[in-house]
Amino acid sequence: MNRLTTWLSTGLLALSLALVAPVHAQQPLKIGFGMSLTGPLAGNGKAALISMQIWAEDVNAKGGILGRKVELVYYDDQTNPSTVPSIYAKLLDVDKVDLLVSGYGTNVIAPAMPIVMQRNMAFMALFGLNVNSKFNYDRYFQIMPAGPEPAIGWTQGFFDTAMGLTPKPQTIALVGADAEYPALALEGARAQVKRTGLKVVYDKTYPPNTVDFSPIVRAIQATNPDLVFVASYPPDSAGMVRAANEVGLKTRMFGGGLVGTQFAALKTQLGPLLNGLVNYEAYAPDVAGKFPFLEQFLAKYQGRAVKEGVDPLGFYLPPYAYAMMQVLEQAIKATGGLDQAKLADYMHTYEFDTYVGKVRFAKNGEWAIPRMLTVQYHGISANDLEQWMKPGHVTVLAPSNYVTGAVKVPYQDNKK
Amino acid sequence: MEFPTALMLNAIIAGLLLGGLYAAMSVGISISFGMLDVVNIAHPAFIILGSYIAYIVNDRMGFDPIAVSVVLSPLFFMVGMMLYRIYYLCFEKRGQESLRGLAFFFGILFITEVALVLIFGVDYRMVQTAYSETTLRLGVVDFPMRLVVPFLVSVTMVVGVQMFLTHTFFGRAVLAVAQDQLALRLMGVNPFRVKALAFALSIATAGVAGAFLIVIQPVQPAIGREYIGLVFAVCVLGGMGSIWGTLLGAFVLGLAESFTSTFFGPSWAPAVSFGLLLAALAFRPSGLLGR
Repeated sequence: MNRLTTWLSTGLLALSLALVAPVHAQQPLKIGFGMSLTGPLAGNGKAALISMQIWAEDVNAKGGILGRKVELVYYDDQTNPSTVPSIYAKLLDVDKVDLLVSGYGTNVIAPAMPIVMQRNMAFMALFGLNVNSKFNYDRYFQIMPAGPEPAIGWTQGFFDTAMGLTPKPQTIALVGADAEYPALALEGARAQVKRTGLKVVYDKTYPPNTVDFSPIVRAIQATNPDLVFVASYPPDSAGMVRAANEVGLKTRMFGGGLVGTQFAALKTQLGPLLNGLVNYEAYAPDVAGKFPFLEQFLAKYQGRAVKEGVDPLGFYLPPYAYAMMQVLEQAIKATGGLDQAKLADYMHTYEFDTYVGKVRFAKNGEWAIPRMLTVQYHGISANDLEQWMKPGHVTVLAPSNYVTGAVKVPYQDNKK
Repeated sequence: MEFPTALMLNAIIAGLLLGGLYAAMSVGISISFGMLDVVNIAHPAFIILGSYIAYIVNDRMGFDPIAVSVVLSPLFFMVGMMLYRIYYLCFEKRGQESLRGLAFFFGILFITEVALVLIFGVDYRMVQTAYSETTLRLGVVDFPMRLVVPFLVSVTMVVGVQMFLTHTFFGRAVLAVAQDQLALRLMGVNPFRVKALAFALSIATAGVAGAFLIVIQPVQPAIGREYIGLVFAVCVLGGMGSIWGTLLGAFVLGLAESFTSTFFGPSWAPAVSFGLLLAALAFRPSGLLGR
């Protein structure tokens, strides 16, 4: 009887192991995140999601990672920071995801940090400005190419271009929305002001739901600044650009940190109103040669984006959202597992090959070398989309190894 | 503090033009909330729906969005009639209009928003008009046409609503139902029909206001929620049920916002605007022109 019991037990054990092992091996590798699918930044959030879905499909077509299919587990954060902590708690405790990445933007990355840090997760972030300066988390990584000091790197191109003018500008007006990203961008601008010795003649913020920006632009004009630096989100970026044109803003350089002009929606809707604006871009067809692999990605992305009614150009967030996942994929394959500490160590140590080029992280998780483009828009005469797919409407002013021309000042002369 | 003349004049004009938009957005609330006691939280969602309809016609056929909104206002009128009928049968008739009715309109707000997301996507939309990028300059004062045209149509609409209410039979019936439903019933007028017409009128004005909004600034499906506080504030400041009060209240808030943005800093604008509201209510609890 004892021998029979032993044989039966062994047989049952072997059977259950045989059943469990392939089930475990087939369990998908779950990557969890919140993403803005509704709310003010939903246009960008949806575009980023499409990129991440394309990445997951590409990876699964090749057999997944470590023999496991990738599954994206995500929830709509509504561009509302207060939803983020509960989303990430659910991802970890209910959905039991293996890895976390962030949603889009400073506003929704910062509220995820406490829970990420509490659980010691490696955390890839998507376009948050200087979030880790407050947390100093050693497992935080950022795919936005702003450089090791993001607030400085974000504004470096604008100020370097401005200080290269002859005669040198003396005064500057700073304006931005009352929100996380603009506040951090303005902090960076103030640091630049200190570095360059400019005199601040206007430094104010506005509520994000401001409708008419002409009083603000007129107040700025009344101070006669040589430079106007704006840090804004898409609807206010449109409002500021329109108000600058209506008021007839006269200044040497206008722009800096306007989110929104990178997307097809505002590019086509504002059209010629963008002429003369100096702003940032992540990519421009004028420097396509510097991004040799990007065409492959854009070909996949643009078709899907048109069907889903999101940014059909895909020059800003989508390539970096894909690159973020490529970094994770390479780190997992190299370390052979999902140990968060090993993943973080690997990402700190090595360089990654992605669709946006080589990516290397600094000690604080930001890019080791800044690479955000500072551009000036010019020669836009219509509101069609096709003109933006070809070179000719953007002069790249910085960084130095991407420059395609010189800035044309003053700002108002670009309207003629 | 200095107030240069040019800056002051432009701040006044900008404030009045902005007030015109606020009046158009709020006149419907003045009717539904001020006169009918219906807390239509979904009113901004109908404004955004109006924006999107104006956008789609402008984008596909090139028609002026404001003209389109006026032509299509009967459609919004019918939607308003249907909505009030449902609200009345499900809540008001049973005496459950306060909390459950409010929840009903919250539901309408979110359903409308999600429907817009599903149909149009989440990107910001703007319209192109012949006058969007034109600014008329008279001396030192600027008149941007994208604000002037909505202002003129808005004031016409608000005056038109006031004329309707005071110079037509149904209009006077609406004013009467706001005062005493029972007396109206005793005079042989069905209050339900009058209220349905009034509510429908409020939704029709929302549709037209939506076209103004998308001419002035980009719109996305969730943006309506940002105006819930504003439209009720204008209605309360002006005086519940007073159309002239709504117009005056809108101008007061527009001017407060414009002056504060120009001379003191735009981040103070909401505090000053709502501070004025509180101060006005402290001295005149019924509102500026309320009874």
